[in-house]
Amino acid sequence: MKDFAYCAPSTLREAVALKAEKGEAARVLAGGTDLIVQLRGKRFAPDCIIDIKNVPEANELSYGPRRGLVIGAGVSCWRLYNDPEIVERYPGLVDSAAIIGGIQIQGRATFGGNLCNASPSADTIPSLITHSAVCHIAGPDGKRQVAVEDFCTAPGRSVLAPGEILVSLQIPIARKNTGSHYQRFIPRNEMDIAVVGVSSHVTLANRGKEFKAARIALAAVGPTPIFAREAGDSLAGQVVSDEAIAAAAAAAQSAASPISDMRGPAEFRTHLVGVLVKRTLAGAVARARGQFVANAVQEAAG
Amino acid sequence: MSKTHVQTTINGEPTEFLCEPRQSLLEVLRETLGFTGTKEGCNDGNCGACSIVVDGVLVDSCLMLAVEADGKQIGTVEGLASPDSLHPVQQKFLEHAALQCGICTPGFLVASKALLDHNPNPSEHEVRHWLAGNLCRCTGYDKIVRAVLDAAEEVHQSA
Repeated sequence: MKDFAYCAPSTLREAVALKAEKGEAARVLAGGTDLIVQLRGKRFAPDCIIDIKNVPEANELSYGPRRGLVIGAGVSCWRLYNDPEIVERYPGLVDSAAIIGGIQIQGRATFGGNLCNASPSADTIPSLITHSAVCHIAGPDGKRQVAVEDFCTAPGRSVLAPGEILVSLQIPIARKNTGSHYQRFIPRNEMDIAVVGVSSHVTLANRGKEFKAARIALAAVGPTPIFAREAGDSLAGQVVSDEAIAAAAAAAQSAASPISDMRGPAEFRTHLVGVLVKRTLAGAVARARGQFVANAVQEAAG
Repeated sequence: MSKTHVQTTINGEPTEFLCEPRQSLLEVLRETLGFTGTKEGCNDGNCGACSIVVDGVLVDSCLMLAVEADGKQIGTVEGLASPDSLHPVQQKFLEHAALQCGICTPGFLVASKALLDHNPNPSEHEVRHWLAGNLCRCTGYDKIVRAVLDAAEEVHQSA
C-alpha cells in the first residue's frame, strides 16, 4: 500500500475544504471495508485519506417526525440494526444491513460507503432506492441533494464531483400501511456477493387489500443498481393478488439487463429477478399488514 | 511518510504507539506492539482470524487503520483470560477440542466472547450466524459451535 496522509477532521466544513483542495487525490474513509481492500489492491493510490467518522453530521443516526430517518455516511450497519426503532419502522433497510458480510464487516461497513462504492451488486442500494432515500452531498459550491436512484452512474462511479462528499442519507418517515423487504440470492448462507438482489416497498390501501403505491429495485442485473419504476407503478390501484404480483415481476424482469459471469448466467439472473420480486413483494405486503417477517438476525434468533 | 502518534487502550491498559497511516491495526498489533495472538489470515476481511473488539464492536483488524484506534478501547485475545483462569470460551474450546491447527482460534475466541457479551443465551442458529465471518479450514465448526454453546451455559449459570 502506498503512503498517504491521514486526516480525521472534526467538522464538516474542514472535511469539505480538504476534499475540495485535494479532489481525486483524496479518498473518503467511512467503514473502510471496501476502501482498505482497494488501497491494498492498488485500485486507488490517494495522497490523503479523509476519515469522516469524527464529523458529527456523518455520525448522526436519528429518527423524527420532521426529517424522517437520517443515516450519517459514517454510521455502521451494526449501529443501524441494533436500533429497535429502526428495526420496527424500516425492516427492509435492516434486511440489507443484516446480510452484508459477517458480524465483523457489519461492525464497520456503512450504507454511505456501500453507496459511494457504487457496486451494481451492493445490498443496501436497492433498499435505499425503494425507500426514496435522498443523498445529502456537500462540496466547495455548497450543499445539494440527489435522489439515490440517480446517484450511481456506472460500476464504481457516481455523481459525486472530485471535491464532493456524501454526508448523509435521508429517508422519509415510515407511514402506516407501508412495508418493505430485501432478499438476495447467494449459493451460500452468509458472506457472499448477491447474484441478484431485490428490494420491494409497498403502500397499501383499503384495509391492506389494495396497492396504493409500490417501488421495486434490483441489484446485480445491470451496470448500476436498477430502479424498476414501471414494475412498481404497475401495482398502483391493483388488488393485492398473485396475478398483479406476477405482472410486476415480469415488468421487473424486462427492466433487468444482466450479464453472465462466474456468479451466474444472464438467463438465471433474469429468472431470479422474477422469483425475488414475488417473494419480496409478499414480504413487504405482510409487513405492511403488521405481520412479522424475520430479517437475517431475527431468523437466526428463531 | 512521518509517523503518527496514537493513544489507545488495549485490554484495559493505556497504550501509545507510532505508526504510518497506511498500516493496519492488525499490522501494528502484531509487529509493533507484540500482540501476536491476533492472526493474519486473508488480510481482506473474509476470514475473521484478526477479529478484535473496538469500543465493544467486533471488527476485523485487517480492515482498520491503526491511526483509527486513537481514543478507542481495543480488546484482543490476550485480554480474555485472567491471570489465574481461562475465559469460559477458552476453557470450553479446550474441553471440546474445538481446534486443530489453531490459526483461526484467536479470532473465533474473540468473536465468541463478543457474542456472549451481546447475547448470553444464543441458540445454535445464532452461534452459526454470528460466526459466519470466521473461517476454519480444518473444519472443526461443529466442535466450535458446541464449545460456544457449552460456554454460554457456564456463563449463564455463573451469572
